Amino acid sequence: MQGTPSRSDRLALGLAGWVTRHAWLVVGLTVLVVAAAGGGVRYLEFSNNYRTFFSPENPELIAFEKFQATYTKNDNILFVVQPRHGDVFTPRVADAVERLTAEAWKIPYAIRVDSVTNFQHSSADGDDLTVQDLVRGASTMSESELEEKREVALDEPLLRGSLVSPDAGTTGINVTLQYPEQSLGEVPEAVAFARGLAAKIEADYEDVHVAMTGVSMLNNAFAEVGQRDAMTLMPLMFGVLVVFIVVVLRSFGGAAATLAVIGMSAATALGLAGWAGMRLDPISVMAPTIILTLAIADSVHLLLTTLALMRQGRDRLSALRESLRVNFVAVWITSITTIVGFLSLNFSDAPPFRNLGNITAIGITAALIYSITFLPAAIRLIPLRVRPGAPAGGRDDAVMARFADWVTSHHRSVLFGSAVVSVLLLAAVPRIDLNDEWVKYFDSRVPFRVDAEFAMDNLTGIYLVEYSMDSGKAGGINDPSYLEALDRFTGWLRSQPEIRHVYSYADVIKRLNRNMHGDEPAWYRLPADRDLAAQYLLLYELSLPYGLDLNDRISVDKSSTRITASVGEISTVAVRDLIDRAERWLRQNVGTGVTGGATGATVMFSHISQRNIDSMLTGNVLALLLIAAILMIALRSVSFGGLSLIPNALPVLATFGVWALSVGQVGMAAATVTATSLGIVVDDTVHFMTKYVRARREQGLDRPQAIRYAFMTVGRAIVGTTVILAFGFGVLALSTFRVNEQMGLLTALTILIALPMDLLLLPSLLMIGHKARVKKEERNHEQVLAPAS
Amino acid sequence: MNKCSRPRRNGVLWAAMLAVATLAGAADASAEDKGFEIAARSDRSDRGFGDSAVDLKMVLRNAAGQEATRELSLRTLEVPDESVGDKSLIVFGTPRDIEGTALLSHAKILDPDDQWLYLPALKRIKRISSVNKSGPFVGSEFAFEDFTSLELNKFEYEYLRGEACGDLECDVIERRPRYEHSGYTKQIAWIDREVHQIRKVEFYDRRGDLLKTLTLDDYRQYEGAYWRAHALHMVNHQTGKSTDLIYSEFRFGLGLSERDFDKGVLSRIH
Repeated sequence: MQGTPSRSDRLALGLAGWVTRHAWLVVGLTVLVVAAAGGGVRYLEFSNNYRTFFSPENPELIAFEKFQATYTKNDNILFVVQPRHGDVFTPRVADAVERLTAEAWKIPYAIRVDSVTNFQHSSADGDDLTVQDLVRGASTMSESELEEKREVALDEPLLRGSLVSPDAGTTGINVTLQYPEQSLGEVPEAVAFARGLAAKIEADYEDVHVAMTGVSMLNNAFAEVGQRDAMTLMPLMFGVLVVFIVVVLRSFGGAAATLAVIGMSAATALGLAGWAGMRLDPISVMAPTIILTLAIADSVHLLLTTLALMRQGRDRLSALRESLRVNFVAVWITSITTIVGFLSLNFSDAPPFRNLGNITAIGITAALIYSITFLPAAIRLIPLRVRPGAPAGGRDDAVMARFADWVTSHHRSVLFGSAVVSVLLLAAVPRIDLNDEWVKYFDSRVPFRVDAEFAMDNLTGIYLVEYSMDSGKAGGINDPSYLEALDRFTGWLRSQPEIRHVYSYADVIKRLNRNMHGDEPAWYRLPADRDLAAQYLLLYELSLPYGLDLNDRISVDKSSTRITASVGEISTVAVRDLIDRAERWLRQNVGTGVTGGATGATVMFSHISQRNIDSMLTGNVLALLLIAAILMIALRSVSFGGLSLIPNALPVLATFGVWALSVGQVGMAAATVTATSLGIVVDDTVHFMTKYVRARREQGLDRPQAIRYAFMTVGRAIVGTTVILAFGFGVLALSTFRVNEQMGLLTALTILIALPMDLLLLPSLLMIGHKARVKKEERNHEQVLAPAS
Repeated sequence: MNKCSRPRRNGVLWAAMLAVATLAGAADASAEDKGFEIAARSDRSDRGFGDSAVDLKMVLRNAAGQEATRELSLRTLEVPDESVGDKSLIVFGTPRDIEGTALLSHAKILDPDDQWLYLPALKRIKRISSVNKSGPFVGSEFAFEDFTSLELNKFEYEYLRGEACGDLECDVIERRPRYEHSGYTKQIAWIDREVHQIRKVEFYDRRGDLLKTLTLDDYRQYEGAYWRAHALHMVNHQTGKSTDLIYSEFRFGLGLSERDFDKGVLSRIH
């Protein structure tokens, strides 16, 4: 630590001097700033709309919005009703369904209720067409009457496999909701009301089980899961950190100051997010937990150095200043690289990741500022004692020194070994299975997951793939060629193994044709004439009651109709495959004039992983270049900066290799961990390299000696922060939300893989060419080092 | 609401109401009585028109702004018998594939209307047996019950308040359908104090939430007595869809009789 002080040193010393002289002022100001910023927390709200995962520019979202504007928004709640014994068509159970159907109209924002009881059944009696509820007054119906209804329901393609299971053991009541989207209270309001209804039915009919699924339940689950994670994971994280800090620092004063720094950083970030009007979601709600983890590093580095200097006999103030001086650049650089990594999430197509990135970046900025202002001021004010002469970690430092000597003497073997392992892991990366299944975003602790699986096991598929089959001209849906194409496509969809149910207008018009011909089964076919089809439709439309019209199925100018295919448990890869097959079939089998493309939430989610990877590609490259540039500037060396990237980029890539070999499947979290984990793992390298460079430049040490110095000064801190970071992101893996779980595990894995890379590969890389250069520059050291190389 | 078909009056009740109103004075009448009185006065303004015929255009719009147009003609017969409602006959002109399709309707007070549809493509008359009157009429935002005769006794009334409506002063009344299968829990109607015509109606769904708003414009008086709105605009607040009804000139005194509104006549109309 000799030589002329650099500009950064002078800045650090000046700052340290000022904040310790005005300690009370700094502490007071910090508290004021935190209070002002943190006040924004009260404006934070949880988003409860799955659309939050898609940017306004997302092409699948745009297509779906257009689809919904043509037909109806399809937010829904699906009640799944199952008697414990027997089937649905008993007076008691049918009565329960009838009652739930009637009551469901009162759910806030409900615009439509469909069930097996209010199904508008059409039948013919001579020249009378009767259109009425399939079941009305079930409690007073005879067994044979209900048996008749049961047969009709099971025969009806619009009901079987959708609102009634093929064994009639389970039935569904589908409520369509149209939210004004004025307030976040709408979804919880509707869900709370619906849950109340379900509970009432279950209480009044003890032998009936009611499960609830649908888009509104999914949306509600997003909010509930986020809140639940925030309530459980943040305190857990805080607890883990308290233990860690006390163990590593072995100083209560230092631990208290550090906890204050990280707590205030998280509060500042959340508060500012609130002031900015951001909405939380299950992903961005992880930000404070991540901030707690990341914010700790600055304080730990600063305090470990301070305490070590005090143990060497320095007084508190001079130790503090010296610590700030030697760590100043590293603290800045590590913070900036991490900020860059998280800000790169703004390239993600999914806004929750953008929010996560921005909130975390704010938190890390706050942590940086509080660590170099509040922390020294606080340390000046609170008792901080060490037992001099008993250097804590003295044995560790000796271990570090021996380790450094071993690495510098075996750097060729280390390089070779690292290369082999890296190549093997990188080769495995392409085997990774990019896949999602959005019901499985939630783990089985979440009621939505349980109910959704109950619905799929017992009633119908809850993944909906929608098609708008467009004839291209007004009134074109009545054209026999259109109806034929529609009917054939409906038939093709039904023949696909993944598909549980298809709702198509083709079935309606066939039924009407039969009704118009005295219910003769032979007439269950498409009308042969356009006028006939149009007039049947007109007749049917005149007979439908309030809320059960066809406006959600047929476009206003009668140019297109909607097909809804319900798919059972299916992954996003399988969905894309199904969509591709359908597209191919349509191209080959349907002539020009009729067009249709798949849309809907299922389709949107099926592209989300790939789209995020594509959108993050630019972000990742940009982050990598920026981080490299920062390292080069900070180390004032292009080669050192470039070299530093290797032990950092490798773990990021190797992580995917390990994941491919162990877990295999990864979802939309995949795209987002690259830049963020790069920003994090580079920190250890920065700490190591700044010490190494300082040793070389200030103390004129040769490479092995400088490596030794670096190990002894920051080795413990590197291992310590790695452990805590891995722990911290490991905590995220306990999230009930799959995306967070994968994000946490992947990041933790990267951090763990980066540790040996930093401790083994980095020094080995620094040793490359050592011999060649010494000839020119350090001739006098040549003989000393020769045996080592 | 609109006077495309004649509101029928219940003479006894109406007379009783008038008597009550006269005796007690409007100011002392309860809100129910006053509401009924205002509705009845509006209804009365249309009495005795006999029959009418009009062509109209229906413009349907969805939330995406796509439009569709249907043209139809409507004939209405005032029925003096108070126990049944008016009779109406709708003949569709466009779109081409439903041209000549005709809907005959005999309105009832509290029972489902009698309805027959003639399908030219099938060359058959089909009777529609349905209790449903609140469904959308040919895909529009108008329900059949919004569209057909405003029978005074189909509702219970309550007077709410008086307020300005555009350039006019209006009485605002609430009316609750007495028909079991109505899709509405209540309607709120604005009736002007000058010529006693309905200017605006709000429809509330089964939950009691605002569902649709109808505004009636371009009122013209015929034969020095009968007011008819010529531009009706219905917007559905929940779905963002809307429908306009644009009427051409009304014709009165066509000499129509019961025979012209018999089911047998359907197949002869073109």
